[in-house]
Amino acid sequence: MGDYAYAAPASVDSTIELLSSSADSGTRTQVLAGGTDVLVQMRSNDRGPRLIVDIKQLAETNVLTIGEDEIYIGAAIASAILNENAELKSRLPGLVESADLIGSTQIQGRATIGGNLCNSSPAGDTIPALIANSAVCHIVGSDGERNVPVEDFVTGVGTNCMAPHEFLLGLRVPAPKGNTGDAYLRFIPRTEMDIAVAGAGVRLTLDDSGTCTAARVGIGAVAPTPLLVPEAADALVGTQVDAAALDAAAAACSAAASPITDKRGTVEYRIKVVGVLCKRAGEIARDRAKAS
Amino acid sequence: MAKVHISTTVNGQPMDVLVEPNDSLLDTLRDGLGLTGTKEGCATGDCGACSVMLDGRLVCSCLVLGAEAEGKTIDTIEGVADGDGLHVIQQKFLEHAALQCGICTPGFIVAAKALLEKNPNPDETTIRYWLAGNLCRCTGYDKIVRAVQDAADELASPA
Repeated sequence: MGDYAYAAPASVDSTIELLSSSADSGTRTQVLAGGTDVLVQMRSNDRGPRLIVDIKQLAETNVLTIGEDEIYIGAAIASAILNENAELKSRLPGLVESADLIGSTQIQGRATIGGNLCNSSPAGDTIPALIANSAVCHIVGSDGERNVPVEDFVTGVGTNCMAPHEFLLGLRVPAPKGNTGDAYLRFIPRTEMDIAVAGAGVRLTLDDSGTCTAARVGIGAVAPTPLLVPEAADALVGTQVDAAALDAAAAACSAAASPITDKRGTVEYRIKVVGVLCKRAGEIARDRAKAS
Repeated sequence: MAKVHISTTVNGQPMDVLVEPNDSLLDTLRDGLGLTGTKEGCATGDCGACSVMLDGRLVCSCLVLGAEAEGKTIDTIEGVADGDGLHVIQQKFLEHAALQCGICTPGFIVAAKALLEKNPNPDETTIRYWLAGNLCRCTGYDKIVRAVQDAADELASPA
């Protein structure tokens, strides 16, 4: 048992160096972005000492760029900053909404999409929206950098694919190009500030006749990890995204779900609701694609 | 534990303080700097009693490490009044009896002030959503919402 310590390295290299040397010496480390999960964990069931490595001082984690081909969201960008960015909101409304659903005004001022992903909860609201948007994790470590699709990042409840010497620098999201829309919906029993019982994110691209040419569907809170559901996307591609196609996509989401029963909902309820959310998010994504 | 030395600006005053690496900013304000106006309710970011402004953004000080305050600007409830003169929001909380036990009140006032600086003319729905991260178990919220609406009106056209 060591002591708690805090470091805010000034460069990506020195951050990797610190993470690597700590891993080599057996020091437990935890990377800190917004802290809205980390500080709660430190005060609840996981009080053990560790080295807190704050990545908010790095210029690279504070980047938010909206490029022709790629939108890059640094790992330290708070949800409130995303929500205040009108261009981002118009390009990726579903992704911004998924971040905006998390917590109060106070939480929004700190919480980050990167942190929501690295916390790797099955119910993390931004994760199905990131999956639907084909987002890729930009990870750096002592072996260099690598890019991991979000659907491959989370490996279990609260675990992910990063090694102790690695951390998430940012997220790369393919920029939507015309006739494309995204949406994320979750179900909670209150109007806001709760943990998802189920969630579904959809991104669609239509051609000029309204036929769906590309689709991605992500679901959350209905399996040990958020999931990409290719069968739901297949049910939409080539259709007008009408009621029959959306019903088929909903059925595919329900079939892909393997939820648990807990205080927020039963297995049967979650299986049903994730399909309904897919259908409704699909309708919103379709209408946004037509309007884009 | 190796303490961390931080230099920060609180309510316009430069301050230096030593913090434990796992102290929250709330611990630092209350125990390190003696600014006990900011209250601890839940300590998990649910109740908003510990709301402060950090570089101009409303946050729960229980979810920020004291060490993260290095080089930052912090504004707390102690900086809201001008000497003995209450801020309009504070005055309206009194007039509308928008507090009973008072534990949530500093957080509500800091949060309401942040709202009115961003949006001087919020409707009731906006006020309720903005303040949804501040919990009050006494008032039932109506009096708080009315106090904030009245403060907004008075700030827009001072009597």
